Amino acid sequence: MPLILTEEQTMLKEAADGFLNEHAPIAHLRKLRDSRDADGVSRDLWRAFGEMGFAGIIIPEEHGGSGLGAVEAGVMAEALGRTLTPSPFLGSGVLSATVLKGGSVEQQAAWLPRIAAGEAIVSLAVDEGAKHAPARIATTAERSGNGFRLNGAKGFVLDGHVADAVIVAAKTENGLTLFLVDPKTAGVEIERTVMVDAHNAARVTLTDVEVDADAVIGSVDGGEALLEGALNLGRACAAASLNGAGDQAFQTTMAYLRTRKQFGKLIGEFQALQHRSAHLFSEIEIARAAVMGALTALDAGRENAALIVSVAKAKAGRVAELAVQEAVQMHGGVGMTDEYDVGLFMKRVRVLNELLGDAGFHQERMARAQGF
Amino acid sequence: MTDLDAFRAETRAWLEANCPAECRGPVESDEDRVWGGRNAVFPTPAHKVWLDRMGARGWTAPEWPTEYGGGGLSREQAKVLNSEMRRIDAQAPLASFGVWMLGPALLAFGTEEQKQRFLPEIVRGEIRWCQGYSEPGAGSDLAAIQTRAEDRGDHWIVNGQKVWTSYADKADWIFCLVRTDPEAPKHLGISFVLFDMATKGVSTRPITLISGKSPFCETFFDDVRVEKANLVGTLNRGWDVAKHLLAHERTMIGAMGELGGGRPLGQVATGSIGTDDDGRLDEPMLRARIAEMEVDAAAFRLAMERAGDQVKAGQAHPAIASMLKYYGSELNKRRHELLMAAGGSDALEWEGERSRGGKAARDWLRTKANSIEGGTSEVQLNIIAKHLLQLPGA
Repeated sequence: MPLILTEEQTMLKEAADGFLNEHAPIAHLRKLRDSRDADGVSRDLWRAFGEMGFAGIIIPEEHGGSGLGAVEAGVMAEALGRTLTPSPFLGSGVLSATVLKGGSVEQQAAWLPRIAAGEAIVSLAVDEGAKHAPARIATTAERSGNGFRLNGAKGFVLDGHVADAVIVAAKTENGLTLFLVDPKTAGVEIERTVMVDAHNAARVTLTDVEVDADAVIGSVDGGEALLEGALNLGRACAAASLNGAGDQAFQTTMAYLRTRKQFGKLIGEFQALQHRSAHLFSEIEIARAAVMGALTALDAGRENAALIVSVAKAKAGRVAELAVQEAVQMHGGVGMTDEYDVGLFMKRVRVLNELLGDAGFHQERMARAQGF
Repeated sequence: MTDLDAFRAETRAWLEANCPAECRGPVESDEDRVWGGRNAVFPTPAHKVWLDRMGARGWTAPEWPTEYGGGGLSREQAKVLNSEMRRIDAQAPLASFGVWMLGPALLAFGTEEQKQRFLPEIVRGEIRWCQGYSEPGAGSDLAAIQTRAEDRGDHWIVNGQKVWTSYADKADWIFCLVRTDPEAPKHLGISFVLFDMATKGVSTRPITLISGKSPFCETFFDDVRVEKANLVGTLNRGWDVAKHLLAHERTMIGAMGELGGGRPLGQVATGSIGTDDDGRLDEPMLRARIAEMEVDAAAFRLAMERAGDQVKAGQAHPAIASMLKYYGSELNKRRHELLMAAGGSDALEWEGERSRGGKAARDWLRTKANSIEGGTSEVQLNIIAKHLLQLPGA
């Protein structure tokens, strides 16, 4: 598979960029933030995502989706990174939808069409500590009557405070199991966490939460592979968003270098800035290839796809971090103002870096895979 | 089964049957590479067999047209060949400036006669080329070359000096930039010519680098006769050919970052330092640096692959080669700094059997040239700033 977009994928990219620039540009994020919107995310916009076919990109056609692959999901995620749009796309449309595709016929029929239509928000609750560490999940699910009793605390649950359902990863006797939990169930407590980037997440506390056996997605003790598959697609999409955000901050900075004057010159004429810009451009190109490599590897079902995903997430994360730092620095004083957008990119990139494993997490996976 | 699957199956079977055991496994040093040419040297007789077999199929230049001896493969087929060779750890049958640099320039600019004459020889590894570009006064400012070619009707007489001519002392022919119009602006008076290194008046002198012996030479031209039939492209427009070729050279040097060569760095490090109870390199700080470098290296390999896909799709910006050259050479330098750290005091040995003649240290020092040769990193950054970022005054 070539590492460039096909004609159809390019059309999707243009449609996504066009739609977001018109309906959800950065001003949309600012409005939600400044009005202290209770949800922090627009349900109307999510429904519009459904109408446009964006919400269900990876959902099979028989469930109302587009039945497309990782590359298309990545195209959408990159577009969302450019406009910094708060959207349930990554949490519901990618992570939860992937998990649900491994669910029962009933679970699929109940949720996938509603996600594809932009009607439902389904959150995936994995993280517990300050860092992403799915291998150290401590939340438990004990057999109780015909079902299970869940106890534990989850954090960094994307859109958890507005979720119609929460998928909880918990330890069972001999492995991990994924549970579909109604947030209104007794013992479920959800607290919205307002984050630095004004995007949306929540802490979810589970105290003796009773669920039926049919809440299990996939098989009991068999949740790890299903979860890992969803996380890997999510990581690749988060990496694509990092590329989008990093590249947009870079483009904005290049435009600034071509117009801002100091010492009677355009600051873009200074070689000190030219070389840093050229270096950053190179890094962005490398990160773009890494993400495209990861997405195509996922679509092709390559054996080493998980490793390439780690390469992509680590690389895109580090590169976007450099891009936003250079963006603020090269903008100078105005880069520090809330009025200019570059600071918003810095905030978003920090969150995306932490999401689903930072560069350290993924470099650790690289070291393990190479046996050192 | 798709055509590509069938091609993969055939290729796999052919490679299994035809790649000798001696030609599988990492290439440890430059001396183990087969460069071909009139005075070709082969590490083992099997290496000659391997070159002959691959050359006969045109698979030393898989994507060149079959009419010039190439393999005639599509980009996708070439990728399959590459991955199947990697699968059995097959060594490249031929290392060749002809394949990497001159060939692509001849395909783009050469006359039909030149293509017929030179390309099949290059594919079969029967001719070894060197590159006459840099001069003492023309390094980063390459277009400042002074080597003169005086018009004598059907031929030129060439006088001047080249420097950093890799393998000039071993090459059969040279592709060379000469000044054919001293009056014209510097970029517009240069021509790209080919001549035999055995011609009267050509002499070479090896240069010793900080790494010890090196492939580099100084090359002197003293009234060297060059036939006009051996002009490539248009007279005084050799700079266009040179730039085209430089893009390929940059990709090649960049690719050194991709190859890395030999054992994976993490394994070298665990071999010399050891592991903790959990199987991790017993030097956590170094382990983190290696892991970070390996992520960059893997990402860079994908960037090389993507650049090739872009070329095929007609979406490539020519200056992307500068980006790959810059990134790949800096990456290779980083890799060798880490290799030295992984080797510790063992890697400091300069002589003797144990260190294979100070291989680690010499290789490390050699990589420092990667970001100088083929245009310095700073020149590449200038090119990116100007042609890809359109920054003012760049």
